[in-house]
Amino acid sequence: MMLAVVEVTPAWYLALGSVLFAIGAVGLLVRRNPLVMFMCVELMLNAVTLTFVTFSRMLNDVNGQSVVVFVLVVAAAEVVVGLGIIVALLRKLPSATADDITVLKG
Amino acid sequence: MHLLDGVTPELIVFVLAGAACVAGALGVVLSSNPVHAALSLVGTLFGIAVLFVAQHANFLAAVQVIVYAGAIVVLFLFVIMLLGVDRAEDLSIEPLGGGQRVAAAIVGLGILALPLAAFASVDGEATGARPAVGAANALDRSTPDVAQLGESLFTTYLFAFEVTSVLLVIAVVGAVVLARKVKRAEYVDDPLVEAHLAELAAAAEPAGDEAPVATVEEPVDSEVGG
Repeated sequence: MMLAVVEVTPAWYLALGSVLFAIGAVGLLVRRNPLVMFMCVELMLNAVTLTFVTFSRMLNDVNGQSVVVFVLVVAAAEVVVGLGIIVALLRKLPSATADDITVLKG
Repeated sequence: MHLLDGVTPELIVFVLAGAACVAGALGVVLSSNPVHAALSLVGTLFGIAVLFVAQHANFLAAVQVIVYAGAIVVLFLFVIMLLGVDRAEDLSIEPLGGGQRVAAAIVGLGILALPLAAFASVDGEATGARPAVGAANALDRSTPDVAQLGESLFTTYLFAFEVTSVLLVIAVVGAVVLARKVKRAEYVDDPLVEAHLAELAAAAEPAGDEAPVATVEEPVDSEVGG
């Protein structure tokens, strides 16, 4: 019995990236814990960086990897500020969910 | 050995790392305890780092592990432990009335289907981009990726690179301002706290002949956060 050689094409990586992005997006919509919602955002960012690296390899272009560096920096800054907000929020209301933050609601 | 004839090393790496990624992502979304979610996130991040190595992006793989798994997830865990929110929550309650999960599933399937269709349609060339053959930004397999990435960052993207340092300083200042200990007096006329306290007081009163409230109010754990 002889199997055909299974080639891992870049499209596989792109498909995996979109699966991860979809899981992150659904998690962001479904979960109500602000910390877990934030982790889902990280998941989506990572899916996109995987896509960037894959395109960098497909097109033989170093710019894809440069963009990933900037995405990493922005993700780090975003996590710092976002967790600061979450700490300030949960310190006042330890059981707050995303539904409780309605002060700005018109 | 017959069964392994068609299996290349890259296939094994992809399947293992991809399984780790998807399992970790599902763990983030489905686990009821935030600590478990954060640890599942580590699995996804490591899987992606392995996939970076498989695609010759060695420097980015190292940065991924150091920055994400080493710093960001630890920051998440610090916040979880600091605030004492590491309790399991009930995932079965429907937060925003009926239909939100269905809507989320539809959105997720749409997000999943659109790029998959695009990649499947014309062999991954849906973006119309062409390989950078002979251009200054072309990847060269004979030199290390760190060298090429560094050259790109410090020539083409030098200004953007400098601006990111400003961004990081702003983030640090913002985090210090946001997370500093608030004085007791500032609690008093905070509309968020007042609204929540009023809600709790209303919920604590005997409901009488009122119809049961549709939203499920989570009991406030008063011993947490002290």
